[in-house]
Amino acid sequence: MQTTISSKTKTVIIGPGQPFTIIGERINPTGRKMLSAEMAEGNYARVERDALAQVEAGAQILDVNAGIPMIDEPAVLEEVVKLVQSITDVPLCIDSSIVEALQRGLEAYEGKALVNSVTGEEERLESVLPLVKKHNAAVIAITNDESGISDNPDDRFAIAKMIVERAMDYGIPKEDVIIDPLVMPIGAKGDAGRAVFRIIQRVTNELGCNTVCGASNVSFGLPNRNGINRTFVPMLIAAGMTAAITNPLEAEIKQAILAANALMGSDANCMAWIQANRQGGKGARKRERKRRRPSA
Amino acid sequence: MNDEINLKEMSAEEIFELMQEDLYDGLEAEVVEAVEELLGRELEPIEIMTKGLVAGMDVVGIDFRDGILFVPEVLMAAKAMKGGMALLKPLLAESGAPKMGTLVIGTVKGDIHDIGQNLVSMMMEGAGFEVVNLGINNSVEAFIEAIQEHNADLLGLSAMLTTTMTYMRIVIDGLKESGLRDDVAVLVGGAPLNHDFAEAIGADAYCKDAAVGVETAKKYMAERGK
Repeated sequence: MQTTISSKTKTVIIGPGQPFTIIGERINPTGRKMLSAEMAEGNYARVERDALAQVEAGAQILDVNAGIPMIDEPAVLEEVVKLVQSITDVPLCIDSSIVEALQRGLEAYEGKALVNSVTGEEERLESVLPLVKKHNAAVIAITNDESGISDNPDDRFAIAKMIVERAMDYGIPKEDVIIDPLVMPIGAKGDAGRAVFRIIQRVTNELGCNTVCGASNVSFGLPNRNGINRTFVPMLIAAGMTAAITNPLEAEIKQAILAANALMGSDANCMAWIQANRQGGKGARKRERKRRRPSA
Repeated sequence: MNDEINLKEMSAEEIFELMQEDLYDGLEAEVVEAVEELLGRELEPIEIMTKGLVAGMDVVGIDFRDGILFVPEVLMAAKAMKGGMALLKPLLAESGAPKMGTLVIGTVKGDIHDIGQNLVSMMMEGAGFEVVNLGINNSVEAFIEAIQEHNADLLGLSAMLTTTMTYMRIVIDGLKESGLRDDVAVLVGGAPLNHDFAEAIGADAYCKDAAVGVETAKKYMAERGK
């Protein structure tokens, strides 16, 4: 099943057989003091830099979040959406827990956005899904409900299934719902990794929907977090996950994703892998063409 | 296709240069188009093969040897070359143009690893050799029969295992017994092999990769004055 996300000029297809989709996570003030303070003052220089750097590093979609306490989040998110769309052509993932902010972001957005997110909570379903439908967007569905996050992967799968059904009731096609299985820290819950693999497999096989997650939470509270994260992402990809909200500027994660694409057969002729690694050996470069071809 | 590039307005020399670049980048349709254009201008098929395809594959071979190009790129280039050769082959056969030489190649008995020898086959074809690829798991009899049937100049033996590479000696001994040993140069290759092993079993050369294989094959043909 393929999910299409677009800006005015660029379309990204998320799905099995496609190169894994990297949704850049950096434009998010949560846990970033400097960015948070600057955004609160209306200074978006860092937002611009983060946007361009992530696209340069291979992000196909950018997540934009303006979750700063005590500010007018809907207004700031609207501004950030407009700003980022004016300097890059990649589609955006509009990220907020405030429905009004999602609405303002969607109204300002040009193209088919990805909305982050809806949950299985009744109140969220009723407020977010009509908005997604109205703007012909796609939505990330997080697998928790009023009772919280179940440790049992089959409970979380049941919530995923329920959200997909509710979305379809609102006229949102199944392919426009991307399931987030919710990654919990393995340091606190030893089975958290395995639970995620199981949910991804069930969603992929039984619902056919695409899956996404924020992977780095898995290593919370452990030393050498990057060592866990760069192993976890390819394991998620092998289990069937088709996108992740992550930081493409972390070279090891980026390399792990490129390697996983080659191993999954979604990098035709391993060309992306070769291009990213050709100079690794002896600073070697392919010969320059005298006559340029767009296909070369 | 690019509107900046118009074959009709280019000289044959410029098209040869473009073909080599397109081959290097594995662009099959573009290579085929250039071959068609040159055939339309009534150039000799042998000239198109030599100055376009073979010259282009030479560059691919050099950059592969030097670690600049990698296996998928060589396979794409070889596929582009095959596309061009498909047009030229029947015409070459008609004109009775001279051949570089004929190579019989295969993995030895018990060995099913054919990626390397397929790569060698494509590079050899790229260099203008006639290649008879016997595939995997070949007995000494199969090699001898193919050498006789195709009047081969070269025999390529491939093995990827220490347990199967010893069969190469049996093939070479078989060639001696049937009186064919002096008719063919035996080139051996595969991950567990080295120069000393090749010498010990009486092969003519150990080739560490496909590019070296092509160079060695050319050298033997030149020495034999063929």
